[in-house]
Amino acid sequence: MSEEIIKDVIIGENEEYIVNMGPQHPSTHGVLRLEVCLKGETVKYLIPHIGYIHRGIEKMTEALTYPQIIHLTDRMDYLSAHINNEAVCLVVEDAMQIEVPERVKYIRTILDELNRLASHQLWWSAFGMDLGALTTFFYGLRDREYILDIFEESFGSRLLHSFVMPGGLMHDIHPNFQKRTKEFITYFRKKLPEYDQLLTGNVIFHNRSKGIGYMSKETAIGYGVTGPSGRGSGFSCDIRKIAPYGAYDKVQFNEILETEGDTFARYQVRMREMWESLNIIEQLIDNIPEGDYTAKMKPIIKLPAGEYFRRVETARGELAVYVVSDGNKSPYRMRFRTPNFSNLFVMNEIAKGCKIADLIAISGSLDLVIPDIDR
Amino acid sequence: MTSNIYDFSTLTGQIHTWLSGLMSPGWVTFTEFVLVGLVFLLAYALLGLFLVYAERKVCAFMQNRVGPNRVGKWGIIQTIADLIKLLLKELIPIRKSDPFLFNLAPFIVIICSFLAMAAIPYAKGLQAIDFNIGVFYVMAVSSLSVVGILLAGWSSNSKYSLIGAMRSGAQIVSYELSVGLSLLSIIVFAGTMQLSGIVESQANGWWIFKGHIPAVISFIIFLIASTAEINRGPFDLAEAESELTAGFHTEYSGIKFAFFFLAEYMNMFIVSAIAATVFLGGWMPLHIGNWEGFNQIMDYIPSIIWFIGKTFFVIWVIMWFKWTFPRLRIDQLLTLEWKYLLPISLFNIILIAFIVLMGWHF
Repeated sequence: MSEEIIKDVIIGENEEYIVNMGPQHPSTHGVLRLEVCLKGETVKYLIPHIGYIHRGIEKMTEALTYPQIIHLTDRMDYLSAHINNEAVCLVVEDAMQIEVPERVKYIRTILDELNRLASHQLWWSAFGMDLGALTTFFYGLRDREYILDIFEESFGSRLLHSFVMPGGLMHDIHPNFQKRTKEFITYFRKKLPEYDQLLTGNVIFHNRSKGIGYMSKETAIGYGVTGPSGRGSGFSCDIRKIAPYGAYDKVQFNEILETEGDTFARYQVRMREMWESLNIIEQLIDNIPEGDYTAKMKPIIKLPAGEYFRRVETARGELAVYVVSDGNKSPYRMRFRTPNFSNLFVMNEIAKGCKIADLIAISGSLDLVIPDIDR
Repeated sequence: MTSNIYDFSTLTGQIHTWLSGLMSPGWVTFTEFVLVGLVFLLAYALLGLFLVYAERKVCAFMQNRVGPNRVGKWGIIQTIADLIKLLLKELIPIRKSDPFLFNLAPFIVIICSFLAMAAIPYAKGLQAIDFNIGVFYVMAVSSLSVVGILLAGWSSNSKYSLIGAMRSGAQIVSYELSVGLSLLSIIVFAGTMQLSGIVESQANGWWIFKGHIPAVISFIIFLIASTAEINRGPFDLAEAESELTAGFHTEYSGIKFAFFFLAEYMNMFIVSAIAATVFLGGWMPLHIGNWEGFNQIMDYIPSIIWFIGKTFFVIWVIMWFKWTFPRLRIDQLLTLEWKYLLPISLFNIILIAFIVLMGWHF
């Protein structure tokens, strides 16, 4: 019996063996399968297998109208649902040459940042869990609940709001929105230092994250790693700065860059981005101009024939939308360049030679959302 | 000295006399064995259930949650409901596993923790077996549980289980050294390995106070090393949930899983009880020098309350560790033991020997 076990467990020569992490595994954060070749505890190489939650969103768009497509984009990166919606709306508005009211731009930007905050809070919670600090999960979710409550009050939905429509918003914001957002800012300013006290300063956490999963700037650019993961390697890739949309050109904010390129640097980028998001919201929340919540739109949206391209900065990186229209009410072809796809495939490069525990830390620091990879 | 109002040996003596009047000496011994066994079984199950409940409440407290509050008042019956669920669950046979070893492993683990309970002095006169090498015995049986864990990982025919078991083997064998050396330092102070003798030697002050800084150092080392030895966070690498799903007991289900689960909690109780006995005076009340009034008031608190209070304090500290710290990596874990804890405890024990030779301790 035991020989059979040896044969089954240890595959190949050099005592290397393959472990399938996923599709059901607590720290792949979804149905991702990592085929990991291990020698003892050391990772030799890993092959990500994707497609377990492929829904054919890009193909489905070809049969749907633009307002309907909005609802699909929620389901890609469900943690930055609002930002995904906005990307499609920006393409449509570009193509139809619609100037959206200032009020809409301000509200959209505030929602972008709130969504980014909620996403980073959940990332922080889950990252702590990946490293074995179970309490972070509840601290992060406690504060995320505030944002979700604001969302719920304004849009009637907590996660997938589909609040942004081509030309503006679905309806105006709730009268309480500004008050509650300001309350949240003061609340979260007090709570963010708690995050640092619990995890950032911990010596075990430092040992687990510093120098782990080093990604050079060249690697980041080569693999197209964007967002906080790319910025942790010193790759300046913030679309909010490079090609401002919404009201980002009206606010003062810094692009967060860290140059170490390890797991801790990626962690720090996100922690500092939370402070920066609070600053952005604070600058905008009192200055929302009066006006319409949507531009005048035709009842049926048809894009003129041609190719259109827009990109936005989601909580995980650069989301680009490319539309080819033949003048109909649904696109001829729609393509999403999602950040997580590129961020996932850099893992083999940066996780080689590390331990299993580091692999989990690295995948946590890349902040993967699997439906965004598979689409 | 302490008063004798709460001495359990009076009660046990009465039972013994009563039984001797009823039957022959051989039967008396047999009946007493059975009785003690039953009492331990009951205490084991109840303590296990209570510790699971306590852990849930403590972790809820640390995490801004309420914890179990639906089944029974404050959720007290929740763990019993869970136990019934585990008893009724199907035992899933694992393909290509080694059935004999697979079924044996949980029993080895649970028997080891059960054996260790016998030597612990719970209160004045309440101890099943008073070995003259009590500390030695407890360490020996508690370190046997690694065999069960290795077998579980080996026989499960799962790579995750095997990795977990390998980690656990490396971890327990390493940290055993620090646990032993830190206990040895107090044995040097007390001059005996008998657990009751160690408790008696703390009648005028606990070793953590009497033993100057070296005793505090060994207490801290003992806490760290024993947390590692019982596979609890931040040293829960053997069952690291985010890495190995559940480590060595990934493939176990139903009551077999419950055995591992229960043994883990009871091991926590045992190391806490040892810590309380050796460092914090066991069932001895807190006495401060010549404060006669204060000392007498302390004597009126039953010894079992002292023991339970101290033990649960240590348990609470261990739970606090788990719910605050991230997990270590395997190489960092071994570095901590071999490069830091072991040299420190070796040096510490020399220091203590010196202190005892010079007679500097109280």
